[in-house]
Amino acid sequence: MLEALIEPLQYGFMQRSLIVAILVGLLCAVVGSYLMVQRLALLGDAISHSVLPGLAIAFMLGANIFVGAFIAGVLSTMAIAWIRTRSPIKEDAAMGIVFSAFFALGITLITLIQKSNKIDLNHFLFGNILGVTSDEVWNTAFIAAIVLLVVGLLYKELLFYTFDPLGAQAVGLPVNLLNFGLMLLIALTIVASMKAVGVILVLSLLITPGATAYLLVKRLHQVMMLGAAIGIISSISGMYLSYFFNLPSGPAIVLVASGLFVLALLFSPSYGIFTQRHSDSGALLLWREIKQLIR
Amino acid sequence: MNTVSWSGDRHWSQMVCDLRDVAGERSALHPTITISKLSAQYRTVEALRDVSCVANSGRLTGIIGPNGAGKSTMLKAMLGLIPVSGGTVLYDAKPLMDQRDRIAYVPQRTQIDWTYPATVWDVVMMGRVRKSGWFRRFSGVSRRIAQDALERVGMSGYCDRPIGQLSGGQQQRVFLARALAQEADIFCFDEPFAGIDQKTQSIIFNIFHELARADKTVIVVNHDLGESITHFDDLILLNTELIAAGSRQQVLTQENLYRAYGGQVGFFAGEAA
Repeated sequence: MLEALIEPLQYGFMQRSLIVAILVGLLCAVVGSYLMVQRLALLGDAISHSVLPGLAIAFMLGANIFVGAFIAGVLSTMAIAWIRTRSPIKEDAAMGIVFSAFFALGITLITLIQKSNKIDLNHFLFGNILGVTSDEVWNTAFIAAIVLLVVGLLYKELLFYTFDPLGAQAVGLPVNLLNFGLMLLIALTIVASMKAVGVILVLSLLITPGATAYLLVKRLHQVMMLGAAIGIISSISGMYLSYFFNLPSGPAIVLVASGLFVLALLFSPSYGIFTQRHSDSGALLLWREIKQLIR
Repeated sequence: MNTVSWSGDRHWSQMVCDLRDVAGERSALHPTITISKLSAQYRTVEALRDVSCVANSGRLTGIIGPNGAGKSTMLKAMLGLIPVSGGTVLYDAKPLMDQRDRIAYVPQRTQIDWTYPATVWDVVMMGRVRKSGWFRRFSGVSRRIAQDALERVGMSGYCDRPIGQLSGGQQQRVFLARALAQEADIFCFDEPFAGIDQKTQSIIFNIFHELARADKTVIVVNHDLGESITHFDDLILLNTELIAAGSRQQVLTQENLYRAYGGQVGFFAGEAA
């Protein structure tokens, strides 16, 4: 068993995939925890869809696609904020408008350049962790180092701001700067994760591991650390599933993360559906849950 | 009395206990918050019109008025938490906005997401974020101050309790502890007594009085015109514009209350002038 897991690692591409899997699992869980506690999961989705045109334009110009994607991600958050503050349109509608427009533009541009270049739209949409180049490994490692450093340095300020923005503003913390910084971290994380899970499924790695950890532990840094462990386990397992069974890597990673979430939902000591009420049998419980849903 | 010295750190319990220091500081500074022509609006709706008044240190000041009178708006506008359409706020003869590290603000309990993954200790330590400075960890002194603050509000046994598992009164006391840990000079509370138990209310009022005795400025948005109103020294009575401000006796007249509430008043009978 162990041999079967180690054997593929003699290939260079598997080593690179493993490094990216670990970095992306860690990074997404840490940054995604901030999205979850601020109820901004949808914003993660919006940014991730919006990076696509930047990526395509960078590819056309021969620039670094990470930089292009990052710029597009930041532009999309600014567009959302602008629509929300300058019109009576609410934030969720603004997100829907902006990210679908960016996404459509991205798909169009990539389809156009796909014909003359050797790139595959599917890899950007759904990830291809087994195909990362060593350049991409370095880019991902660089982004991970920056993001984790910033989170480490600003941990107490970000905790205060995300818990009680008004209280933080009242004592004079630069809340607009903190908020913008958080958006930059999220955009960077999404860009770093593009290759592993793709822009459509990156939301899962941002939210699911943190949400799983939230069912099990009680403090933000614990949510981040346990979430990171869950994210890393998910992305490594997904990578192996992809290798052995020739599955698309992004969906494989997401399915593992989702499976772990379901386990926590059912068996968490404090919130678990099966662990909360001990007296009933499993079948009866399931029936009661269903009845509550349709009540 | 507390005789421990925190190596130069100004500790509030020392300030409360050492009456000579307090008296010295009062005569030297005696700072006042001066609000001039403060106005604010939500989109096109006017929420606060040309309010001018003062809040003195060493006094417990209540902001009262009917629903939608702009009580919370006034507090937020004063502290720069919402854009104002005009007016100035001075503290100690300098703009309050340049002295934000002297402010402790506790928002309405309902504005907070109490399912946030944090413990009582995490929340109280937020009171030490500004004092600790950027990129720095919390010092031992900060931990001591937070611990003392929790003891003051009777919550020291709850350090590791997730905030979502507290009662409303306990949540409010944790927020009070956070404000105390800030070692601020100006304490602002938005409806701290909404939906809390009698025990918590008396704990909170006792601490408010102690802060006032230590020459702090304590400003409280209060919805209730019942018995609790007798705890306040000064009152600011609002209904979009200022109706009256001054000592409790000056403000709580039939005429003022009629102008603010338009007849349907059920205030504490013993206070009627």
